Amino acid sequence: PHHVSTNSGIFSVLRNEDLKEMLESSKESLKLEAMKRIVGLIAKGKNASELFPAVVKNVASKNIELKKLVYVYLVRYAEEQQDLALLSISTFQRALKDPNQLIRASALRVLSSIRVPIIVPIMMLAIKEAATDLSPYVRKTSAHAIQKLYSLDPEQKEQLIEVIEKLLKDKSTLVAGSVVMAFEEVCPDRIDLIHKNYRKLCNLLVDVEEWGQVVIISMLTRYARTQFTSPWKEGATFDENNEKAFYDSEEEKKDQVEAKPYVMDPDHRLLLRNTKPLLQSRNTAVVMSVAQLYWHLAPKHEVSVVTKSLVRLLRSHREVQYIVLQNIATMSIQRKGMFEPYMKSFYVRSTDATHIKTLKLEILTNLANEANISTILREFQTYVKSQDKAFAAATIQAIGRCATNISEVTDTCLNGLVLLLSNRDETVVAESVVVIKKLLQMQPTQHCEIIKHMAKLFDNITVSMARASILWLIGEYCERVPKIAPDVLRKMAKSFTAEEDIVKLQTVNLAAKLYLTNSKQTKLLTQYILNLGKYDQNYDIRDRTRFIRQLIVPNEKSGALSKYARRILLAPKPAPVLESAFKDRDRFQLGTLSHSLNIKATGYLELSDWPAVAPDQSVRNVEVIEPVGSLPSLLLTYSVAVVHTCRIDSQNCYFTVSYKSLSPQLVSVNIPTFGPVKSHELLHHMTGKGLSARYHFPRQPCLYQPNMVAVQVTLTNGSDHSLEEIHIGDRSPASLNLHCFNTIERLEPEASVTVSMGIDFSDSTQAANFQLCTKDDQFSVSIQPAVGELLMPSSMTEQDFCKEQGKLLGMNETSATITLAAENSSSQSLSKQVLSVANVGVVSSSENNIHRFAGRTVSSGALVLVTAESRESSTALLTINTDKSIMASMLLRDLKQALAQA
Amino acid sequence: MINSLFLINHSGDIFLEKHWKSVISRSVCDYFFEAKEKAVEPENVPPVLQTPHHYLISIYRDKLFFLSVIQTEVPPLFVIEFLHRVAEMFQDYFGECSEMVIKDNVVIVYELLEEMLDNGFPLATESNVLKEMIRPPTILRSVVNTLTGSSNVGETLPTGQLSTIPWRRAGVKYTNNEAYFDVIEEIDAILDKSGTTVFAEIQGVIEACVKLSGMPDLTLSFMNPRLLDDVSFHPCVRFKRWESERVLSFIPPDGNFTLMTYHVSAQNLVAIPVYVKQNISFFESGSCGRLDLTVGPKQTMGKTVEGMMITVHMPKAVLSANLTATQGTYTYDLATKVLVWDIGKLNPQKLPNLRGSLSLQSGAPKPEENPSLNIDLKIQQLAISGLKVNRLDMYGEKYKPFKGVKYVTKAGKFQVIRHDWTVFLACKGKP
Repeated sequence: PHHVSTNSGIFSVLRNEDLKEMLESSKESLKLEAMKRIVGLIAKGKNASELFPAVVKNVASKNIELKKLVYVYLVRYAEEQQDLALLSISTFQRALKDPNQLIRASALRVLSSIRVPIIVPIMMLAIKEAATDLSPYVRKTSAHAIQKLYSLDPEQKEQLIEVIEKLLKDKSTLVAGSVVMAFEEVCPDRIDLIHKNYRKLCNLLVDVEEWGQVVIISMLTRYARTQFTSPWKEGATFDENNEKAFYDSEEEKKDQVEAKPYVMDPDHRLLLRNTKPLLQSRNTAVVMSVAQLYWHLAPKHEVSVVTKSLVRLLRSHREVQYIVLQNIATMSIQRKGMFEPYMKSFYVRSTDATHIKTLKLEILTNLANEANISTILREFQTYVKSQDKAFAAATIQAIGRCATNISEVTDTCLNGLVLLLSNRDETVVAESVVVIKKLLQMQPTQHCEIIKHMAKLFDNITVSMARASILWLIGEYCERVPKIAPDVLRKMAKSFTAEEDIVKLQTVNLAAKLYLTNSKQTKLLTQYILNLGKYDQNYDIRDRTRFIRQLIVPNEKSGALSKYARRILLAPKPAPVLESAFKDRDRFQLGTLSHSLNIKATGYLELSDWPAVAPDQSVRNVEVIEPVGSLPSLLLTYSVAVVHTCRIDSQNCYFTVSYKSLSPQLVSVNIPTFGPVKSHELLHHMTGKGLSARYHFPRQPCLYQPNMVAVQVTLTNGSDHSLEEIHIGDRSPASLNLHCFNTIERLEPEASVTVSMGIDFSDSTQAANFQLCTKDDQFSVSIQPAVGELLMPSSMTEQDFCKEQGKLLGMNETSATITLAAENSSSQSLSKQVLSVANVGVVSSSENNIHRFAGRTVSSGALVLVTAESRESSTALLTINTDKSIMASMLLRDLKQALAQA
Repeated sequence: MINSLFLINHSGDIFLEKHWKSVISRSVCDYFFEAKEKAVEPENVPPVLQTPHHYLISIYRDKLFFLSVIQTEVPPLFVIEFLHRVAEMFQDYFGECSEMVIKDNVVIVYELLEEMLDNGFPLATESNVLKEMIRPPTILRSVVNTLTGSSNVGETLPTGQLSTIPWRRAGVKYTNNEAYFDVIEEIDAILDKSGTTVFAEIQGVIEACVKLSGMPDLTLSFMNPRLLDDVSFHPCVRFKRWESERVLSFIPPDGNFTLMTYHVSAQNLVAIPVYVKQNISFFESGSCGRLDLTVGPKQTMGKTVEGMMITVHMPKAVLSANLTATQGTYTYDLATKVLVWDIGKLNPQKLPNLRGSLSLQSGAPKPEENPSLNIDLKIQQLAISGLKVNRLDMYGEKYKPFKGVKYVTKAGKFQVIRHDWTVFLACKGKP
């Protein structure tokens, strides 16, 4: 008896036998229930492999959820049950041919996740096929599958690289991140594959999904470091605080007149420009990846644009803070100036986790300079009182570092630390002793009072590190405290056996030094301690004792060495350098796992040094139609177009032309042009101080770049003086890809001129804003295209049309039933209206009531198929098939409006 | 990238595991447990750990550890950000993110994790897309599902994932079209005991609830966008429009989402809405101390301060508190040594006061650290930075939506600290 239970009952115990029986039942609901329980077992980490044969039978189930759960199971256990897993393969092979793109994608996803070596050839074939699929989603899945196959069988590398090469050329934002991920995993050294796609990747970046952005930015950082020359000034040190070096280098420059000035490669600039807006991403990983890109690639003075965003991330989750603070710690060593204005953001709060506190302390210490040190020390003083004693100890270390780095405050810090010696907390006292020891080493002469003070405190200090430090200090400077030192040694002789090893070692050390400087008072004490040490349990101590005895007590065996005992033991010792733990961390690329752990992680890819000479820049050039410069050659180009038929009546003109583009193949297109062409105002002569401009879309293929929409602008001078140097100035967005017309040197009063431009709208109706400039003035203008202008006609047969339409069903289909205005009910006028709205081509139709139009989007070349099926009582069914769903809905709206109106 | 995920509860039980590549034995978590043991507090476990063969990246939230196992170099933030998205998705689907809820909905959780990563690389992380594929549970549906055997998995195919606007599902339809925006500002401030601002800034967020049919294209503009010092956006916002015109132009996701977060920096003067007069002192002899707190409004722009609450972390030696409050109630938790004074609405005519004596553990030395105060408050209908939404326009659809904007100010990390000015590090000026 199978009981029905709710989801929460999944964990009620059922034996495998019961589950098998449920899976073999004819009831879908029982099967599903069984699968849910099995997934519950898998989630808990229980072994459910025994059920494999019963589960795999359901792989072709019609129930989507059941099928998905079977997939989960299959992927989990296929590796263990290879033979049985093979039974399911044919199901996936079939699904790979499904007309629905999501089913194709999901089949490939599961097939490639089954880690069974025997199906490698099948996977390879499936990947290759999917890489050329019309659906970008399927192509994305194939990029993921590449990595899976590679990890299953690295032998396939060469073939997989071919697929990667193909997919890198893909223009879809959906594919970009995934294929770059595959590239990074399979062939990160094949930088040559990136060249031709570099600019495209830079331009697509903003529209790629967040996770893909991180991967692409990281890859492009490495790429840029191999292809461009250093933007960091020759001779200038990285340390911005070192102004002298900066000025020196300026002078040097004057001397070396022949040194070439640095000019940044436009492609280098493109990358910096296109990543900058991503600093505003909500995804912390994206922000960090842009920050590291700027750190590793931008000229020094530009790096600080990332500061604000990094500081913003400190508001995020604790774990995010941890990583960001680590990176800031590394950055702030070289570039104090970047973070100094935000110093207060690094103030420790009592609620911070220990590792956050420590990092903030590290950064504050890095930021300390003469100007802000008093503020920082005041802040530190509250930290010393913290109840978190480990943190208080770390603060004392930080004070020590400030004291050594900034000589102005060394004395202040030292005095403060001495006061802390009377603190009630032992850890605080101990840490202070250790730090004081280091500071005293820097300038011992002035501080015998402090040493005396510490000697007095010695009895009350129990932390062994602190006791050892005091002993070392007294030994090192025993000649400055001649009265106290022997007394301390006396006390140590008494307590020697009870001390920690480290204290014992320092006691032996102290005894030896005193023996050499004051043997009269300490000879017996020293020998007593050496005797104790000789029989100590710890071999280090026995060893040290034996060594010291040979060194300081002359006898016939000790030879020449004891003559030098004094010079050896009492040699002046260099003061310890108190350094940040993050010094040299920047040998790792920022933001990486390796940087976080400070070790080279598996699979870490080194960032190369800038090349001395930039490699060939032209490798990144993509074959585009060269922009046509002057009018004569423009005419030349047009002359290739042959007008076949031309019909002009009072309102409309209609051409059929065969147009030979400059690209190698001959394209024959129908270019229907309905007139009068609608022209729009760009600049009114009142606002333009006499200059007025109107624009229209001539619906010609753009000559400058195939992904641009051609725009013709007519400029008229309505003022009473001639206008000079009319040109296009700044554009916004700055990355707007726009082909400007050549500067018009002079436009006489009342004269007008028509010029051509190309604008890449990236298949969006977002306005292109730019400035129209004359010699004296600038006017902000904007061109907003109707969606129909973003298309270009595509010629195809009815048969091809239907075939393509079949591939763009489901969510790629938008349709609506509309009411036609009486005037538009004839097929001719219907076509006319459609063509006036959208720049599409007519597809000849065998059915009278169905009209088909085909176009491609100008920028990405995505197919846009329009079908209008007229029905009785002057309605029509409008259907648009395209994977550009926004364009489809906008186009539908425009068509609806046009057809409903007279 | 991400090889496996383990969900671990507070007491260290692994209650869910999921692998996206080859199975990794859960014994790998032992390294994590070692670090957890060492850290004492769960918040103190380092987020990135190294083991002989793997790397462990973990987050801790809602009393759960999300532990991911990594095999090769990956930006740690990539993983951390993703893990938080997973937690947020659970929150979104089940209303809370807890061990119980995850165990109860283990199948949906598994289905979600399956869709969110492919081969360890994020695939679908947008709530809108996932909800089309896997429906969130409702009581009614889970009953119906068990009776009829129908499923949580959507029959419809997720269109969002295929389009260039993956955050919005297609074919959205509402009878009432509405768009609401909540401008929520939090003041982060540190005041010293004299009331001087040591540090103050405003963190703002615009939470949107948009229920509009079709494909609306919205434009939201501000009266004073210059106030905003630093911003971050939901991916739907067009960066370029913001850069050039300082307007937010976007096709919104369907439902609730965070449109933008912003920051108003200390460079602009930050209004501090309340002041606290405090006197907490401990006597050297007699094991007692005194506490006297008064709260009053400062710069409230004519609005009422509500939900006023003061929290004091007392030194460990404080045994009990015997206080009287002229308004509200106070509690003192003996175990955590936290004094909470819940005041409620702030009345400018009659300032609330809390005073009385504190008794200390006998024989304990006078506490060294002076307690700091944390302040909570709320002001309705005010964005303390002065930010105002100018207008919201909709393009692309014909209907007239109902629009609304709400403002609220809250205290974020708002602390009053008592610097002790018996400075041990009296800094001299430059010599």
